[in-house]
Parts: sequence; structure tokens; C-alpha cells
Amino acid sequence: MTIAGWLQITLILCAVIASAWPLGLYMARVFRGEKTVLSPVLSPLERIIYIAAKVDPKKEQTWLGYTLAMLAINGLGFLLLYALMRFQHLLPLNPHGFAAVPSDLAFNTALSFVSNTNWQSYGGETTMSHLVQMAGLTVQNFLSAATGVALALAVTRAFARSGVTSLGNFWVDLTRATLYVLLPLSIIVAFAFALTGVPQTLAANTEATTLEGAKQIIALGPVASQEAIKQIGTNGGGFFNVNAAHPFENPSAWSNILSIWSMLLISTALTFTFGRLVGDMRQGLALLTVMYALLVNGVAIVYAAETSGVPSQIAAGVDPAMGNMEGKEVRFGQALTALYVVATTGLSCGAVNAMHNSLTPIGGLVPLFMIQLGEILPGGVGSGLYGIVVMAILTVFVAGLMVGRTPEYLGKKIEAREMKLAVLAILILPLAILGFTAASAMLPLALSSLANAGPRGLTEILYAYSSAAGNNGSAFAGLTANTPWYNTTLGIAMLLGRFAYVVPVMAIAGAVVQKTKVAASPGTFPTHGGMFVGLLIGVILILGGLQYFPSLALGSIVEHILMQTGKTF
Amino acid sequence: MSTQPIALFDSGIIRRAAFDAVSKLAPRQLVRNPVMFVTGAVALVVTLIFLRDLVVGDDDLAFTGQIAVWLWFTVIFANFAEAIAEGRGKAQADALKKTRSDTSAKVLLHPEDGRDDIFETKSASDLRAGDVVLVETGDIIPADGEVVEGIASVNESAITGESAPVIRESGGDRTAVTGGTVVLSDWIKVRVTAAPGSSFLDRMIALVEGAERQKTPNELALSILLVGMTLIFLIAVVTLWGIASYSGTVLSVTVLVALLVTLIPTTIGGLLSAIGIAGMDRLIRFNVIATSGRAVEAAGDVDTLLLDKTGTITFGNRLATDFIAAPGVDERHLIEAALFSSLADETPEGRSIVALAKSKYGVIQPADILGDVIPFSAQTRLSGIDTDGRKLRKGAVDSILTFVGLTFETAPAEFRDAVQSISQTGGTPLAVAEGAKLLGVIHLKDVVKPDIKSRFSELRAMGIRTVMVTGDNPVTAAAIASEAGVDDYIAEATPQDKLAYIKAEQAKGRLIAMCGDGTNDAPALAQADVGVAMQTGTQAAREAGNMVDLDSNPTKLIEVTEIGKQLLMTRGSLTTFSIANDVAKYFAIIPALFVATYPELGVLNIMELASPQSAILSAVIFNALVIIALIPLALKGIAYRPVGAAALLRRNLLIYGLGGLIVPFIGIKIIDLAVSGLGLA
Repeated sequence: MTIAGWLQITLILCAVIASAWPLGLYMARVFRGEKTVLSPVLSPLERIIYIAAKVDPKKEQTWLGYTLAMLAINGLGFLLLYALMRFQHLLPLNPHGFAAVPSDLAFNTALSFVSNTNWQSYGGETTMSHLVQMAGLTVQNFLSAATGVALALAVTRAFARSGVTSLGNFWVDLTRATLYVLLPLSIIVAFAFALTGVPQTLAANTEATTLEGAKQIIALGPVASQEAIKQIGTNGGGFFNVNAAHPFENPSAWSNILSIWSMLLISTALTFTFGRLVGDMRQGLALLTVMYALLVNGVAIVYAAETSGVPSQIAAGVDPAMGNMEGKEVRFGQALTALYVVATTGLSCGAVNAMHNSLTPIGGLVPLFMIQLGEILPGGVGSGLYGIVVMAILTVFVAGLMVGRTPEYLGKKIEAREMKLAVLAILILPLAILGFTAASAMLPLALSSLANAGPRGLTEILYAYSSAAGNNGSAFAGLTANTPWYNTTLGIAMLLGRFAYVVPVMAIAGAVVQKTKVAASPGTFPTHGGMFVGLLIGVILILGGLQYFPSLALGSIVEHILMQTGKTF
Repeated sequence: MSTQPIALFDSGIIRRAAFDAVSKLAPRQLVRNPVMFVTGAVALVVTLIFLRDLVVGDDDLAFTGQIAVWLWFTVIFANFAEAIAEGRGKAQADALKKTRSDTSAKVLLHPEDGRDDIFETKSASDLRAGDVVLVETGDIIPADGEVVEGIASVNESAITGESAPVIRESGGDRTAVTGGTVVLSDWIKVRVTAAPGSSFLDRMIALVEGAERQKTPNELALSILLVGMTLIFLIAVVTLWGIASYSGTVLSVTVLVALLVTLIPTTIGGLLSAIGIAGMDRLIRFNVIATSGRAVEAAGDVDTLLLDKTGTITFGNRLATDFIAAPGVDERHLIEAALFSSLADETPEGRSIVALAKSKYGVIQPADILGDVIPFSAQTRLSGIDTDGRKLRKGAVDSILTFVGLTFETAPAEFRDAVQSISQTGGTPLAVAEGAKLLGVIHLKDVVKPDIKSRFSELRAMGIRTVMVTGDNPVTAAAIASEAGVDDYIAEATPQDKLAYIKAEQAKGRLIAMCGDGTNDAPALAQADVGVAMQTGTQAAREAGNMVDLDSNPTKLIEVTEIGKQLLMTRGSLTTFSIANDVAKYFAIIPALFVATYPELGVLNIMELASPQSAILSAVIFNALVIIALIPLALKGIAYRPVGAAALLRRNLLIYGLGGLIVPFIGIKIIDLAVSGLGLA
């Protein structure tokens, strides 16, 4: 670890927070329907959309109406995307003449993009037609991110409002999230990416002749624009198979910084939006502090683990000062690779600028654990916020009792119904992750996909299901996931992780919004101080993480100990 | 409650609880507590495996057997905790039941026309609501009811423990009588209001016995969290079998069960109902009966206490606090005159003048004063004594001024100032004269109880506002309010004012507690989140409130709030303790499970436990014993301090959170030393 490295990490995170703050306040105005700088341009457009879609923007929905609307459009999105892939050989814009996508892969990919996971069992440039890429995958990149923002807004309103049943209008929130937030940001970021040298062209692939005289096809395309929404929307599905490690997706240190900044931006900003909408900025800051405290700790561990190197490599003559450079790009360096690795997993982004399978055992344990903690640090666009609110509810429940009051969060009493739903929500992840991992660990069919033996192989399986259920989408690599077993089960894990999780969360919002806000008093446990931050971290680690300890012990932890003795897998 | 306070661990209760702990193993009872049900179910599985191995033969027979035994102990210890908490209630209920011996009742056949001699003697158990019974000297009142005619002194010690008789009469706020109490003198006619089996005594017995016990809302919510955690760890443990098989480790059901039971929150799961029962029990020992557990929880949440001034904040009588002499009068002269004129005055005011004169000013009371006592009358509004030719008088200012032949305007300016300043601070001035000479004024004051101000500042630190309710005028009310340190007051309060205040506070999202006794308090008692009715109050008030204070002491509202908070804090702290324990248990069990496959994982065995089997067994034993160790804490409740939420949390987190992390490391290590030393594993 170097001071320069830490300086880079600190500066980037400061830049994220400094820009997320005004963005968060801007979003609060947008979703309250107030005038913003973009209103003169966008509000006529917004009105046209409502008229065309026959949506009355003033008519609000209950939690059920809101959730059903969300499920309807996402269900439709899934069917459309699935159909596009299954029939791509019959449809236009398929210059390379790709065949129909097999049913299990289409199922997996459609769920993957609908659930904001963007797990890719395939190589994009060799499987999907342009039509699928543009009308299918890119549309979902926007839609799934906007869905996340809308859901976060609904949950925020549950705590901001008092004694009503309505949580807002899903169609309005969806439209505003896309129009006022995602589109303008992706346009700006796309230009910035182009400036750093990321290609943005509709021209065909170029053919080059290498020095040895061999022919090489250089894949090109509208990469900058794709990259922008991939990062902004914490989608993470890359244009190229190797994602942001590819020199065209991420050509320089500057583009790398831009990638990190843009993927952290909205999830961070939403904590400010939350604070503003519930009427107490400190509440949002407390959540932000929790997210960043764990994020920075994760970065520190990865950075330390990777720079301390691998004993067997050092024994073989590798310069110990280099640390473990396997699978990393020299142009990013250790510090920013560590930050990227932890940010992309603390978020549910899943874009990668290094191969996670090449990280040291502890370096690989951190991203895995960040995902398993529930993708709330700071989590996917929107999903991070509502995920951490669920953890906050669990925290105030225990903490509230300890100060001798029935628990309340932001003035709302937390009672049996909320607990039932919160417990239901937090059961989803362990069920999907550990259930499928255990099944795969026993099935010969599943085991044949492994590239590595021993504990590393187990980690590959565990990582795949964690990534899917957490809607992250990054892969540990090494696992050949494009098989019917993995495509299907990972697809189900993604479905559960997104939708089976969010329905109980929305039901909590529906119950909470009806409660009248209880006045705070000195006897109320304050949810903005250092104590709450510490407790929430504790609850996230214990309730969110303890159940994975045995499987992590059998994977990364034992591997780390073995590595110290010179044994690798 | 006439019972003696029951010791925390009465040997009779322990014996009965030990028996109940085993009988509660019945699945139908166990299923009420999901965490313990799961523990019981897996204990059964391990027992079956042990029996199978007994037949088939297995190397780990002793180990499996011991695990099975300790798992059963875990469940039995939890049952024991519950049984002991119930036992304390049952003992109290038994004492109450003794007073419920069957009595006969004189049912009037023609209650409306006053022919009291025509009645039919019935058994009390045959009474119906609406019957009118005659109760005479020495009779036991056969049922709950309302006095419709007559006045009697009644001994209510069977219910309240207080042996001084109370007056019950028709009309007004003292009409309610309780079945089982005894009329000491005179007679009353009582209209029965409760059918047999649903009387106040019956309900009290049911409540302390815990027969009507249902899970309270917060207890239910916590149970759900515990069930959720149990399910999460169930998933973790079941899948671990598959995940471990990948690494070539075959985990036996016994060790997986051991891991499961140590990880699920058995500590709080086992103690949860005991904590709830003990909370009600603590209230009962304070002589407060809550009609539901929900009320006790609500008491912990209360934001605002409505307190009646009289009897709660002040002593209820105006007391002399100062003597102010008129110009040109020796203060000693004034005090002596005040003392002499009050010697025959048996009112609290009069006695307080005597007491103040003697204690504060050292005036010696003459051994014996002869003279004509002039008693107080509503017409003259003064009293005094004629002795040795001196005419000593004290009384209302205008009466005394008339007595000495002055008007307020012609009185000395300093005297007028003194009178005015006393009135303005909420006191009552009492003038003193000798013959035609005005001597000065006595300051009578509604004296605020000495410790009440610090009590209120404690409450404020806890986040509870205090509101004083008084019939006094606003000037007096303001003066007393500032002296007592309440946050707000309602002067010239009518029952409607109270109700309106409660509704307004509730609209702001606050929870209100109040106490009251009159029928006109009933709407406010019903509206308040915690309504404590006085046992001496009317039937209507007792029905409207959700608690009844048998001592009829309104100050108890403060203790009730503290008990509510203590109940919730005990639950929260033991939950934290239970969850924090898991970390140490992982460090004990995980290396033990996998050390055969990966000897390298031995580095996680930071407690250096002797062997894998002793590590697992020690963790299971610790898990069982910790329940027993925490029973006293669950029953007594954790220490409560009136400080703000942040300070409370810091303290409890430090003790139960950090303690919960550290204690099992030490405990498991000690048990392991014993287990390996004895060669058990």
C-alpha cells in the first residue's frame, strides 16, 4: 500500500460524495414534482409521455398498485427480451447471422437484465444481434435502473408521509427517473468516456494486420454510450466479454476513475434524497456513513491483501513490491483496482476491471462478502437504499428495545407486521445463495463446470450464486456458467434476489406509510448518531453475514491459510 | 394483595417449576415457542440417532448421548425459566383464591320500594348482574358492584393489603365495591355489576396466574425476528452438509444439530416468555394490576404523564411555611400568637402552623393553656382562643381585618404587600391578630413533595414530559408548576379539559399516561394509552383504565412507566446478548467440524479447545447453562437508570453486546477444561 494509492482512493470517494450531494437534492426536487433546471426542456416531454401512455400523474397508488405496476412492466420487459433473443435469427439487424439464443441462456439473460444483475453467461460480441443489444439489453439497462430508483422513492415516502395509504405513482417515478436523472447523466458520462478514448461509432469491426502478418478483427461499436448507462445504472453488463478490463471499455486511468465515480454516483446520491425527503438530512448521512465505512474497510483489506502478494510467486522470483498483479491491468494499478473491485461488489454493479478469480483468497473474499451482505454498501441504484432501510428497521428493533421503548424508525413504530415482512425479505438471500450452492456442490453435473479444484472451486460456485441473488452480475470467472443447470438456477436466483425481495419490502412500505409519525423525544433512540451507525454496521455484519461464515471458512479462508503454506489452486 | 412478597427463588416455587419444566415438553405446549420447538425437535432426532447407535454400535456413542442430554436440558431449562416466572404468579393467585370462599348473599326482592326486610339468601355464585343485595356489618360483599344506597366502612385488605377501612357510599366517586371485601360497620345496598366468574377478583386471579396470557405485540414482533434468525441458521446448517461434502467432509447429523442449536437464539428464545411474565409480576408487586400485557409495553413508550396535582405533586394540604410580621410587631410575638391560636385547631393547616412555630422558630409550647377555644366556622372564617384576657385570632385576611376594625386599604402597606405577594405565588395568606392589633400574616402554601422535582428531571432525561392537572386558578397553578418543575400544566381543569389535552397530544404522535378515580375521569382514562384507575375509584373508572392501582397512589404512574421500560430493555438486551454469543460459538465449532479435512483451519481454534468433540460439546453445554444463569436477570429485569436513550443504549450495548461477545469465549473455555479434564469427550 502506498500513500499515493490511498490519496487516489480518498480523492475519488470525496469527488463522488461532493457530486452526489447536489444530485441527491436535485432528485428530491424531481420526485416531489418541483421545478428544476431541466424542467423547461423536459417537462413538456414528460407531459406528452403521460398523455400518450394515458397516465394521470396526480393519481397515486397504494403499495399494492405500485408493486403490481412495477411487476407488470418488468414482466413485460422479460417476455419481450426473451422473445427478441429466441427469434433474433428471424429479425432484422443481425448482420453476423447469429442463431436463436438457446432457451436456457435466453431465460438467464432476460432475467439478468430485467433484474439489474447483468450476469452474462455469454460473450456479447459473439452471441447477440444488434437488435437484441439495442432494443433489448440497452432498454433494460435504463428500465431496471429506473425501477430501482422508483422503488427506493416509494420506500422513502413511506417514512416521509404520515397516515396515508399512497406511496406515489410508479409510472411517474419511472418516467422521471429515466428522463430527469438517467438520460441526462448518461449523455454527459458518454461524452466524458469518449473524451478519454472510448470508441463511440456505428462503424463495423476493423480488420488489422498484426506484426506477424496475422489478421485480427478489432471489435468496435457504440461503446462509450453503452458504458455510461452500464456504470450510471449499476448494470455492469459490458460491451466486451472482459468488461472494463478491455482497453476500449476502459482505456486509461482517467476512464477508470470516471467508471468508479459514475457507478457510485446515484446510489450515493439517493441517501441525500432520502434525508431530504424524510425531512432530516442527518438520517441520510447516517446511512451514507455506514455504507462508506464498510466500503472503505473492504477496499483497505483488498488493497492490503493484493499488495502483500502471493508467497509462491515471490518464491519464484516475482518482485514482492509488485504484489499480486495476476489478472490486473497495469494502467490502473493496485489502489484503483482494489477500489474498483470493492465498489462494483458493494454496489450491485458487477462491472469488473480485473479478474476476481485472480485475486488473492482474502482479496477475493471481500467482494464475495460485500455481495452477500445484501448489496447495500451502497448497493444498486435504488435497491441499495431500500435494502439498507430494511437493515435499519432490524437495527432499531433491537436497539429500540434496549432503550426501553417499542422500536420506531423515523417516527414510525416497528411492529409485528413490519418484522414479519423484513424477516421474509432477509431470508431470500441466504436461501438462494446457500441453497443453490449446496445443490451445485453435490451435483456432478454442476461440478463439471469448475475450472479450479479445492476450496477455490467452491468459492467459484458460491460467488456465482451470490452474484446472481445479490443482482450483482460480476463473475469470479473460472466457472463455465453457460450450461442449462447454471443458466436456469442462476436465473431463478436473480429473480428471487430482485423481486421476491422487493415485494415484502414494498409491503413494509405500505404498512409504514399508514402509521402516524410519532414525535421524537429525548427517550427516542436517535438514528443519526455514531451509535446508530455502529449498530447498523454490527447488524449488517451479524444478521447479513454470519450465516455465510461456514461456507466462507471452507472456501476463501482455508485457501488463504493454505496459500501461506505455499499451496495454491 | 395481602400476600407477603415472594422471594425470587422460593423453594416451593422451584420444586413446582422443576416439575412443570418437564411437563412443558409436551409438543402442544412447546410449539408456542418456535425456537424451543426446533431445539426440542432436533433433540429428539439426536436421541433417536443415539438409540440407533446403541443397537448398531458406534464409536461416538458417548458423544452423541451427551449432546442429546444437553439439548434436552436446553429445552428443560427454558421451560424451567417460564415455569418459575409463572410459579410466582400462581403463588399469589392461590393467596387470592382463599379469599374467594363461597359466601351467601341477601338478595333484595323489592329493591325499589325500600322494603329491606324482604330478601332471599342465595349463594354468591348464583348472583346475576343487576341483582341488588343488602350487605350489613360483618358481611362479606358477595360480588363486584355499585353502592346504590347507604354508607359503610369496608375492609378491602383482601384486595389491597391495606388494613385501614375505607368508606363506600352511594353517589359520588366512592360507590364501587369489590367482591371478597368485608363491611365493618353500617350497611349498604349493592347492585351487582359482574356475573360470577368475571368479577374483579376473578380477573385478577386469572391475570396473575397467567391463564389469560397472550403474546403482547412487541413480544410477538420479537418472536418473529427470532423465528427468522432460526430459519436463516437452519438454511445455513442444512446447506453446510452439501457444501462440506464438496470438500470431502461428511458431517454427522449430531454435529450439525449442535451447530444449529448453538447458533439459533436459544438464550432469548428460552427466556422471552419468562421476561414477559416477570414484567407483569413486578407490576403486581407494586400493587398495580394491568389488564393486558399491551398496557405494560405501552407504559414503556409513554411520552407524557398527566399527573393530578393533589397527592401526587403536592402533599394535598396547604401547610404553613413562613411568618411575616406587620410593621412594628415583634416576629416572636406573631409566632406565639399564631401558635396559641392554632393549638386547638386540628386541621392540617393548624397543625402545620404549630409544627412550623416549634421546629423552625423554637417557640416552646406552654405546658397547658386554658381558655375558650373559638372554633372555625364558615360564617366567621376565623378561629382562635381567648386566654389570660388575650383574644388571639387567625383566619382569612378580610375576616381578621374586620375583626381588628380595618379595611384592606387602611391596613399597613407592608402587610398589604405581603398578602399580595403570597397570593401571587399561589399561596394562601392567613392573618393573625391579638385583640385589635394586627400582628401579621402566615404564609400557607401547597407544599410540593421534596423529591418530586428531581423525579421530574429524571423523567425529562428519559424523554417523558410531565403535565400537572389542577383545579387551581392559573396563577396558583403556574406557581406550583414552576416550583415542581413540570413541563406544562392545565389549570382549572375539568374532565373535558383532560380529555381534550390527551387527544391533542395523541394527535401530535405522543403516548399519554394518566391516572384517575372519578366517573368523570372515565373517558380520559379510556382515551389515554395507559390509564391507571385507583382502586378506591368508581366502577366506571376501573373499567375504563387498563391498569388498576390497588394502593390508589397516583405517584405510581412513574414506577409503572419505569417497569414498562425495564421490560422492553430486558428483552432487547438479552436478544443482543444472544446474538453476540454466536461469534464465539463459530470459533468453537467451525474448526472442530473441518479440522479433519483441513487441519490448517485449526488456527481458528483460538480458544485452544482440547479436541473437536469437546469443543462441540462445550459449546452446547454453555448454550444450555447460559439460560439457567440468566434466569435471575430475566425475572428481576435489567438495571434501569433514568438517563437519556443514547446513554442507556451505550451502557446496555457495552454490557450485553460486548459482554455477549466475550463471555462465551471464557465460558466455553472453562467448560472445555472441565469436559476434557473429566474425560467426557
